[in-house]
Amino acid sequence: MHLGDKVAIVTGASRGIGRAVAISLAKSGANVVVNYSGSEAAAQETVDAIEALGRKAIKVKANVANAEEVAAMVEEAHKTFGKIDILINNAGITRDGLLMRMKDEDFDDVIDINLKGVYLVTKAVSKIMMKQRYGRIINMTSVVGVMGNAGQTNYAASKAGVIGFTKSCAKELASRGITVNAIAPGFINTEMTDVLPEKVKEEMVKQIPLGRMAEAEEVASVTAFLASDFANYITGQVINVDGGMVM
Amino acid sequence: MNTFDKVKAIVVEQLGVDEAEVTIDSTFIDDLGADSLDIVELIMAFEEEFNVEIPDDVAEKIKTVKDTVEYIDSAQ
Repeated sequence: MHLGDKVAIVTGASRGIGRAVAISLAKSGANVVVNYSGSEAAAQETVDAIEALGRKAIKVKANVANAEEVAAMVEEAHKTFGKIDILINNAGITRDGLLMRMKDEDFDDVIDINLKGVYLVTKAVSKIMMKQRYGRIINMTSVVGVMGNAGQTNYAASKAGVIGFTKSCAKELASRGITVNAIAPGFINTEMTDVLPEKVKEEMVKQIPLGRMAEAEEVASVTAFLASDFANYITGQVINVDGGMVM
Repeated sequence: MNTFDKVKAIVVEQLGVDEAEVTIDSTFIDDLGADSLDIVELIMAFEEEFNVEIPDDVAEKIKTVKDTVEYIDSAQ
């Protein structure tokens, strides 16, 4: 139980990697604030899974790109648990399309949620973490933010932005006992990748030295490590969990 | 406690300096060794203690204990 009595906020925790991360943190002993923006029923499933592990969880609806909703979420989290030790900025969307055909609103939506959302939640939570003189912030970026990917100019730009944000935050907050790292997952079996045609998936797997896609739990376990005191001396890093795609 | 004493107590706690070092004319950065992040934390602590809002343009001009005390007294 190396996260015993820690309190974590996980954004986008109703499904996919976010849910796996929330459950993994709870398995290690943390109480979790389950943020969601869409399906309340899916968020409740995450909460139920955490409570089944004997930990506490609350679900809080908030669009991470909306400053007021973010402020209300962080306040509710802080009021409920009295502190916030861990923040996992996981909420993210895709709106894929070739550059020449991309709609401006698809570019803006992806940047708003994937990048501005990370900024807004981190800003709100860091005030509390600074006072605590303790915090672990982990941002979900993507292998695509490092390598680029045809059809994902918006997503790749947002995820590359998260990497720059992570490193700058790490420098600003280090003196207050707060570490900030990023995880760059490769191709993970989630609803986000379910929509890809089989043929595209087969081609993708060929680029992966380990020869398979990953399960969300394989990203979650690295997140739990970075959130723990085993990772005290790691900050400003991007950890690739991608089966060797980027070396 | 007057405003100066309260401000002094916050400065001592936030910056970990000796009480005797904090005078009305002390500058946060040059005299008391604060960095830019310390200033942000000090402003937040003043806002909380005195229940006032210190806007960014005012916060930028607050360099000394005296600036702080004068602003808080005028705002309350």
